[in-house]
Amino acid sequence: MKSVSAIAPIIVAAQKVEKQFGRLQVLKGIDLTVRKGEVVVIVGASGSGKTTFIRCLNHLEKIEKGRIEVNGHLIGYREKNGILIEDSERNIARQRCEIGMVFQRFNLFPHLTALENIIEAPVHVRKIPRQEALRVGRALLARVGLAEKENSYPAQLSGGQQQRVAIARALAMRPALMLFDEPTSALDPEMIGEVLDVMKELAREGMTMIVVSHEMGFAREVANRMLMMHDGRIIEDAPPERFFTAPVHERTQTFLSRVIGKSA
Amino acid sequence: MIFDWSFFWHYLLRPSSVYLNGLWLTLSISVIAQGLGTLLGLFLALARVSRSRLLQVPARVFIWGMRGTPLLVQIIFIYTGLAAANIFRFEDINLGFVTLPGNIQAGILALSLNEAAYMAEIIRAGITSVDVGQTEAAKSLGMTYPLYMRRIILPQAARVVIPPLGNEFNGMLKNTTLLSVIGVPELLLATQMVTSATFRVFELYLVVACYYLTLTTLWGLVQQRLEQRFGEPANASPTEIGSAGFRRLFRFGQLGDPR
Repeated sequence: MKSVSAIAPIIVAAQKVEKQFGRLQVLKGIDLTVRKGEVVVIVGASGSGKTTFIRCLNHLEKIEKGRIEVNGHLIGYREKNGILIEDSERNIARQRCEIGMVFQRFNLFPHLTALENIIEAPVHVRKIPRQEALRVGRALLARVGLAEKENSYPAQLSGGQQQRVAIARALAMRPALMLFDEPTSALDPEMIGEVLDVMKELAREGMTMIVVSHEMGFAREVANRMLMMHDGRIIEDAPPERFFTAPVHERTQTFLSRVIGKSA
Repeated sequence: MIFDWSFFWHYLLRPSSVYLNGLWLTLSISVIAQGLGTLLGLFLALARVSRSRLLQVPARVFIWGMRGTPLLVQIIFIYTGLAAANIFRFEDINLGFVTLPGNIQAGILALSLNEAAYMAEIIRAGITSVDVGQTEAAKSLGMTYPLYMRRIILPQAARVVIPPLGNEFNGMLKNTTLLSVIGVPELLLATQMVTSATFRVFELYLVVACYYLTLTTLWGLVQQRLEQRFGEPANASPTEIGSAGFRRLFRFGQLGDPR
């Protein structure tokens, strides 16, 4: 784990974020500040709102109250006379270029090869010349250890390989922030390590990351902060050494005993 | 019953120019109407799956009306009905190299509109068959609706759309016969013209049936090839279809050589 200076620029600033699905309130006022280079791991029982929260950070989910800024840009909304109205699709798309996301189910494009998956958005969204995008794309594939798989289609790759391509695809947009939504929970156990290794490497290189995951070994090794979510709120926010040894909240203690007991 | 074999073979193998012209009309009208119908159907499908009610409702009403009334009624309504009510009269258009008669224009329009309604439902099914994760991944990469529709969703929907599209075209080849009622000299009307001169009804209708059978059989072979390329099950593992098969299945803009 590396330390992050308290004066590093703020990448994520979420204030009093509230989100409702019908009558069910899933986020009940989330405040979170993440600085450049921080690796934040969010844990919590299913239904606690952790996945919903990171999906709000790139406006895959609308929010009812509060505000979210990433890299200084208000996400999903624009301000008019003090109230927030939803922004245009074009502006939202531009904001999303700054935010990479890795999904639980990989969501690679099945009709494109690994390399085509990676260069799709740089070429068609960022308008980077194709040759340049191919060069960067191949370098990224090499970085995730899949240089020889550039012409493989997603269905020809294992789950772990697909997830590594998905990480490379997100990185190709040069995001300021990477979101990981349970990136290893759809993987066979023997493939989890290869994906976590790529993520650890990324963390060491200084990428700002918010990771929803129950991989406690990973969290211990690279997280700067551990967040525990329960019932739509962040109930614990601590560095890993304190989070694992002396959690304040009783729910965190029971959660840890269950998760660590299971993985031991 | 007297069946004149020599007459039958003569018309089957050495068709008169009326016949050849009818065959040409049947084919060209079918291709044009299927093309226009598919294109309009695509827009209707996009309107149907959009979240805007302003787009959704008109598309729904159009599809409901077109699928709920007979094609023959639509053809007569568009050509004869509109003219009789003095709303619109299809005039012959001189395209320079060829004159496009009003009844053919009306016929193509009616077939296209009707086909669009059916294609809309087929394409809609194709679009909704694509996992929502694909849209989310595309959005998270900063893609806007027109871009991810064109580059991500529609290419995947094509695999679901192509087999029924083939069936639609098979139907289209036969539905052109309905245009005989507004005087388009396609294959059926051409046959009727020859029968009224020769009174060889049995032989000639057997000939025309053979013609349609030939057209649909040839198309069936094309369709088989199309389905081999697009219609394979998405969940088949790559080892089952093999790497080369998979490349063929998803060959939209490739890079370099397949390994």
